[in-house]
Amino acid sequence: MNIIEFLISPAEASKRSGPNDRIVFSSRVRLARNLKSYPFPGHAKKADRIKAYEILFPAIRALPQMGPEAFAESLEKLTALDKQILVERHLVSREHAAKGAGSGLILNREETLSVMINEEDHLRMQSLRPGLQLRQAWLAIDAVDSDLETRLDISFSDKYGYLTACPTNLGTGIRVSAMLHLPGLVLGEQINQIIQAVNKLGLAVRGLYGEGTEALGNIFQVSNQMTLGESENEIVERINKVLLQLVEHEENARQSLLEKKPKILLNSIGRAYGVLANAHTIQSKETMNQLSLLRLGVDIGLFGQTPKALVDELFLISQPAHLQLNHPDREKLAAEDRDIYRADMLRERMKSVPSPQEPAAPPSEAPV
Amino acid sequence: MTCQFCKQKDATVHLTQIVENEVKKVDLCENCAKEKGVNDPAGFSLADLLLGLGASQQIDEAGDAKGGGLRCVRCGYTQADFKKSGRLGCSDCYDVFADGLDPLLKPMHKGIRHKGKVPGSLRRATDLNQQLLTLEKDLQGAIAREDFEQAAQLRDQLKVVRTSAKT
Ligand SMILES: [Zn+2]
Ligand SMILES: [Zn+2]
Repeated sequence: MNIIEFLISPAEASKRSGPNDRIVFSSRVRLARNLKSYPFPGHAKKADRIKAYEILFPAIRALPQMGPEAFAESLEKLTALDKQILVERHLVSREHAAKGAGSGLILNREETLSVMINEEDHLRMQSLRPGLQLRQAWLAIDAVDSDLETRLDISFSDKYGYLTACPTNLGTGIRVSAMLHLPGLVLGEQINQIIQAVNKLGLAVRGLYGEGTEALGNIFQVSNQMTLGESENEIVERINKVLLQLVEHEENARQSLLEKKPKILLNSIGRAYGVLANAHTIQSKETMNQLSLLRLGVDIGLFGQTPKALVDELFLISQPAHLQLNHPDREKLAAEDRDIYRADMLRERMKSVPSPQEPAAPPSEAPV
Repeated sequence: MTCQFCKQKDATVHLTQIVENEVKKVDLCENCAKEKGVNDPAGFSLADLLLGLGASQQIDEAGDAKGGGLRCVRCGYTQADFKKSGRLGCSDCYDVFADGLDPLLKPMHKGIRHKGKVPGSLRRATDLNQQLLTLEKDLQGAIAREDFEQAAQLRDQLKVVRTSAKT
């Protein structure tokens, strides 16, 4: 089956909801695992890589959690556009998308479980959930892993735990991460301070698109760095605690902007609306930043009944591969044409969004 | 600011990380960031970069102490390969390059011993081994303190655990 036909539509995918999804887009937990008897994929000769693939592929496919409707394919069968779409959906890593024969992807129908075969390790298995659901994501991937270890001979050492190609993943092989929308902390100029504080706890923060304070769309990813010497539960709980605090800081930052700098805030959001609804050419970078402000406006109730899901869908379908996919003849668009096509799409979709209203006055300032 | 790796292009990717209470800053260009895998947020780890920066010396020192030119018999991976990529070739490499590993792992991780999930097939054995280790340590302590009553009890417990470890 074609991966494009398989994937949940951007409109539907954006409707998924979870706890704290005003601020936390999604949670993910990834495990790295390797077969005992084969060299790691990066060092394996082609024959060994394919032998490992032939053991792994049917084993993953047979997982009850994958179900009968899973998408399972070798990467050589996917086009460049297919792979780019998967990267934009965060279902495979950029590194994995660059691979071909001897590497594969198995994805369940709900897109909550994605297994990359022969990435840097033989297996990179990830569990995905909307909103802040790290514990659920960990429990789900833990169950998959426990099932799999009865079918496969997984490499494990008493001292170093699960052995991985790179020593940075050694031990639990776990990477716990969440994608956050933090426009309040960015506009309130607190973001650098927050990033440093989170770094001090041994967690990495980076812009999902762009870098550092220039994180496009004010979207950040928080993840653990250390995998050895700390149990999975400890790691999950630690990050969960930090994320709950980040959510609180972001909510406070938004509240304080509304109270102390309402004109600056409303001006930014109003202009973002103006650009998105009226531009005739717009680059990806600007789109992300304006959509971030639009989402903030929706969150604080400036756009009536406009659903958050619409903004999230626009985030997704403004990405280059998604734009190209939607273009009537799907030809490879030149960058300028893509910017025009992006603006056309945004103007059309913004017709359903009313112009921003004044926010309701906070209770403390309400007339008695 | 120029890139710390190629020392040519402008650094546009800036990372800060605290490793062992020390602030480490890494500034690199788009190209090097891509090359070092910094572009995949889920897979990225600063330790990866540090592995490339400060680690090669330690890998060499550990290897040279063994006469240099360590090589994994099973997969053919060499000390030079390890130094160059910061990655290992197969599971056996972890034994071959063991001496150079611990000093590398220390600044990178919380500890240098695995804590957490253990495969089901090993779980029972590991639990028993852990019990044995603890009991043996307690026994030695009791003997050192000349607490012979306690020592006798611990010896009996050890016998029980040893028997079940064999089955
Ligand atoms: Zn560079
Ligand atoms: Zn080896």
